Amino acid sequence: MHPQPSAEDIRELLGRHLHLEGPLLPILHDIQNSFGFVPQTAVPVIAEALNLSVAEVTGVIGFYHDFRKAPAGRHVLKLCRAEACQSMGSEVLAARILSLLGVDWHGTTTDGRITVEPVYCLGLCACAPAAMLDGRVHGALTEARAQRLVEALA
Amino acid sequence: MKIYVSRDSAAKALGADEVAEALTAEIDASGIRGEIIRTGSRGMVWLEPLVEIDAGQGRMAYGPISADDVPALLGGRIDSLGLTEEIPFFARQTRLTFARCGVTDPLSLSDYETHGGLVGLRRALVMSGEEIVDEVKVSGLRGRGGAGFPTGIKWDTVRLARAAQKYIVCNADEGDSGTFADRMIMEGDPYTLIEGMAIAGLATGATRGYVYLRSEYPDAIAVMEEAVKRARAAGILGADVLGSGRTFDMEIRSGAGAYVCGEETSLLNSLEGKRGVVRSKPPLPALEGFLGRPTVVNNVISLATVPVIFEKGADFYAAFGLGRSKGTIPVQIAGNVARGGLFETAFGMPLGELVEEVAGGTASGRAVKAVQIGGPLGAYFARDKFDTPFGYEDFDGQGGLIGHAGLVVFDDSADMLKMARFAMEFCAVESCGKCTPCRIGAVRGVETLDRIAAGDSAAVEVLTDLCEVMKDGSLCALGGFTPYPVMSALQAFPEEFAGVKEAAE
Ligand SMILES: Cc1cc2nc3c(=O)[nH]c(=O)nc-3n(C[C@H](O)[C@H](O)[C@H](O)COP(=O)(O)O)c2cc1C
Ligand code: SF4
Ligand code: FES
Repeated sequence: MHPQPSAEDIRELLGRHLHLEGPLLPILHDIQNSFGFVPQTAVPVIAEALNLSVAEVTGVIGFYHDFRKAPAGRHVLKLCRAEACQSMGSEVLAARILSLLGVDWHGTTTDGRITVEPVYCLGLCACAPAAMLDGRVHGALTEARAQRLVEALA
Repeated sequence: MKIYVSRDSAAKALGADEVAEALTAEIDASGIRGEIIRTGSRGMVWLEPLVEIDAGQGRMAYGPISADDVPALLGGRIDSLGLTEEIPFFARQTRLTFARCGVTDPLSLSDYETHGGLVGLRRALVMSGEEIVDEVKVSGLRGRGGAGFPTGIKWDTVRLARAAQKYIVCNADEGDSGTFADRMIMEGDPYTLIEGMAIAGLATGATRGYVYLRSEYPDAIAVMEEAVKRARAAGILGADVLGSGRTFDMEIRSGAGAYVCGEETSLLNSLEGKRGVVRSKPPLPALEGFLGRPTVVNNVISLATVPVIFEKGADFYAAFGLGRSKGTIPVQIAGNVARGGLFETAFGMPLGELVEEVAGGTASGRAVKAVQIGGPLGAYFARDKFDTPFGYEDFDGQGGLIGHAGLVVFDDSADMLKMARFAMEFCAVESCGKCTPCRIGAVRGVETLDRIAAGDSAAVEVLTDLCEVMKDGSLCALGGFTPYPVMSALQAFPEEFAGVKEAAE
């Protein structure tokens, strides 16, 4: 599990990016990489450091699909839903995986093991259907292979 | 014996890492003298994991190879596909931008230089900004990010702008389905992008650059970051580019999962740390771009093609192509195809030849029904448009666009009404929200398509009107081009929108 950050943690992390031109996205990525999500408590700290309003920072976090307001499951499975994957049956495959795990898109299994998210293209369109599991890519996915992948996870 | 295995994401997605590990283990166990080199991809994705073995007779290809095949492979019991470069899919290409991709170790600077790298930058270093821009103009290079705007003219605007700080921003957001050329070049030959950006800097007086790289590409991010670090250490980037006294340095930045951030002004807002909302133009980014300063925003392939233009000369490059579409284009063949991958060729090859001959038709073995060209905002072409030559003007004339030159092939089981609905749904999910025709229109579009699917054929007229409004009233191409896939599907396959579902019940 990721630790819950204190304002001090956030301030320290912030310091590594303040020299950048346009530091907000690198800061948010770093917070999410370190803590698994962007906690609400980080928002005022960021706003103060960057001389922005809390509303502005909240607006930025909300705009992007990547940033989470709550932690995900222990593993994140991203299934591609874009056209090339669809042409190779990704929708049927996704429906099967979701029902196997008993979740809907963006949902996390009840044991906290896996969160499933849609993604619109991983650049693996010549070996569709494609997926990314914890940052590792998988192509030419079949139902059997997908099932083995998720069942192997702790 | 040298053994080459790709480290490209598509190869990894098909098991290349496991193959490389098995090769290492087998070499250790058997005492074979072999060196494994991880390259970029040759672009023949249907053959990945592709293993190339050079025992003195050139690089012989074997693929697809699984980890289990490795003992048989090293034992000489697997048939070779012949020399890699003689495989018909490869032999038919003109590889200029991708000349090194798949050949070299992507992060080896000595490989890069041995294969023509840095020749272009060295040449540009002794030219004036105006001369560099003229060379790009003569090459005929147009933006590979979609709009096809002449790169030289864009650079000239930035060059002539007066400002204390200018920027080169590389658009590596590559959000379109069916496109992966940007990813492949970044993973397979990252220095060519760095070199192109440095030349752009010299041309325009920009001393700083950013690559805005989508977060969906963690492998590309890692390779580019390492390449920048090594280029800096080698003096290619920094305060004294190759000992010239000129400055150019750059950074890699990750996006955060928003398709619209591929639009250049939205990208600049995102890079500044704002919501990725589209800015209205003017002012052009060339005059008021990143942090309000003159900025070149170019696609990865546009920039990565600059070094070869300077290495071989603008006239050499411009001699390829068709009409005002000069040079080569890395066509990305994807979806339901027998031979998917990256195929770099001079502009002008007919679409049908790419789909039927190069790609070999569908993977499912069924008939090709439609091809979507240019990503989620691109039109669907049915077979009656297969004689269209690959060129900006030619596609435009057929009611389509090249976009990033990605082809997504569908077989005859495709449901075109569903694909049209998906286009609207995608637009609704990814809209930046700034203008009503896009933000609301896309939601209405989904509803209207659902009505048509339920048998209400009168809703087709509503859909057509809605598309007109989106086309005319949207600020950027996300809302403005969504009508392309929708209307092209409707026009090519009207029977699927005709309320047949009701009649069948
Ligand atoms: C919604 C939308 C998404 C876009 N996505 C990309 C992209 O991912 N990559 C890209 O290079 N250009 C993209 N573009 C085009 C850019 O706005 C811009 O034209 C391009 O980066 C200019 O570079 P070029 O002149 O080298 O083509 C997109 C445009 C729109 C409207
Ligand atoms: S067309 Fe859509 S994405 Fe483009 S500016 Fe308008 S609302 Fe934003
Ligand atoms: S469409 Fe799924 S990886 Fe590109």
